[in-house]
Amino acid sequence: MADAKTKSDVLVSIRGLCFARGERMIFDGVDMDIPRGKVTTIMGPSGTGKTTLLRLIGGQLQPHAGSVQVDGLEVPRLGRSELYELRQRMGMLFQSGALLTDLNVFENVAFPLREHTDLPESMIRDLVLMKLQAVGLRGARALMPSELSGGMARRVALARAIALDPMMIMYDEPFTGQDPISMGALVQLIRLLNDALGLTSVIVSHDVKEAAAISDYVYLISEGKVMGHGTPEQLRGTDSEWVKQFMQGLPDGPVPFHYPAPPYVDDLLELPAAAPGEAHA
Amino acid sequence: MSTTCWSCQPRRPVKHMLEWIRQLGRGGFEFFEKLGRGNLFLLKTLVGMPAVLARPHLLIVQLLSVGVLSFLIIAVSGLFVGMVLALQGYNTLVDFGAEESLGVVVSLSIVRELGPVVTALLFAGRAGSALTAEIGLMKATEQLSGMEMMAVDPIHRVIAPRFLAGFLAMPLLAAIFSAVGIYGGFFVGVGLLGVDDGAFWSQMQDKVDLYEDVLNGVIKSLVFGFVCAWIAVFEGYDATPTSEGVSRATTRTVVHSALAVLGLDFVLTALMFGDN
Repeated sequence: MADAKTKSDVLVSIRGLCFARGERMIFDGVDMDIPRGKVTTIMGPSGTGKTTLLRLIGGQLQPHAGSVQVDGLEVPRLGRSELYELRQRMGMLFQSGALLTDLNVFENVAFPLREHTDLPESMIRDLVLMKLQAVGLRGARALMPSELSGGMARRVALARAIALDPMMIMYDEPFTGQDPISMGALVQLIRLLNDALGLTSVIVSHDVKEAAAISDYVYLISEGKVMGHGTPEQLRGTDSEWVKQFMQGLPDGPVPFHYPAPPYVDDLLELPAAAPGEAHA
Repeated sequence: MSTTCWSCQPRRPVKHMLEWIRQLGRGGFEFFEKLGRGNLFLLKTLVGMPAVLARPHLLIVQLLSVGVLSFLIIAVSGLFVGMVLALQGYNTLVDFGAEESLGVVVSLSIVRELGPVVTALLFAGRAGSALTAEIGLMKATEQLSGMEMMAVDPIHRVIAPRFLAGFLAMPLLAAIFSAVGIYGGFFVGVGLLGVDDGAFWSQMQDKVDLYEDVLNGVIKSLVFGFVCAWIAVFEGYDATPTSEGVSRATTRTVVHSALAVLGLDFVLTALMFGDN
């Protein structure tokens, strides 16, 4: 997969990952390498476990088999204090923003600084204002989360995620439900922050156009497997029918438009009485 | 009759019974699994207590929302309970010419039983349900997950201060309930029904024992505070993170707290006063 890459180039290395929820297999032998300093997007249809993958990388879930290494550390084997130390170097942007609703914007961004550092108040103020300036919301610092639009909430969450200057940020569906202006702002911010702060960004998304525009590398996952990977250009020129269907958003292809069903004609010719719920009619 | 092949008949009753036993077993497993989760959760919460004591402002904020904001409902309820007790007690005592013992009847009923129990029931309805809903919604909106990913343990930061606040607020609220209740009884007994003022207070002073009655009442309210706060924070933390899940968890908090308080009250009463 990424054999050519040396160890130091890879920040997150996943090998043979298996994870199941009850009877349902979410990941079945997934291999993945997330290069350091780049923007990597993990794409796939809804319900394929993209968010679960982020939680596995962040150590919130334990895999049933396989290895998840972040910066050389085997995440599932870390003790609580080591895991928390690692998480201080990781930022995560949740789909909802996950801002603390009882704190205002300023206090939300200051939250990780207050929890993990003993910095004087004046320095916390400067740092928070710098982070808020970076996402363009310095003027909104007194607002409560309930007063923010969805896009603003995500930008505040982004400011909070970079508060401790992490080595990587994970974005969970950052573009979902955004108006074009918010979407444009987020797309630009993710790329700019990645390059300016020397971060490694992992985006989970199914917005092909936006994600492909800022990604250096893309993984496509479906049905618990990696269906394809490469740069956005490589994926556009691929021969794989599945990858083509996903990247171009075609309604029919290897993923059928129709849910599995008996032949249409047979179904229509059935007596109405045989249909469930119609017997009494 | 003799031609009937019984083994060929669908054995519906047997099937139903097996299914019923299976469901019973599943329910039993789920119950014990949840009990285990609840105990582990309590252990983690207790381990997080030093973190709360190191940052008392977290506790003060919760004491305000759990305790101070429950003050009004507790005080008003206490007043009415005391007034009703005085009315009922007077009607019974007056038949025996013992209406001057009204102070003892009202104060013992309130300090021993009604103070801790009714306060706990009101607390579960007002503060317990609010705690569950708040924590459940924090879970549903990924705030707890967000904290975990910021390397902040939500049990230390969110749960432990709320649990400790509930535990500490309950005996204080019960004390307020009892004090206001006794004044309610005084108002009705002495003010409206004409019981002698001096007899009301002096008999109460004479018969109510600090250790036997007041302290046992305080112990009850501490136990109820512990249980109600535990149920409230656990149900919130364990809630299914959907609006329906949070609503169910809130209901469970009130129902389980009420049952636990009433059941424990019987056990504690038997232990404290059973040998009298």
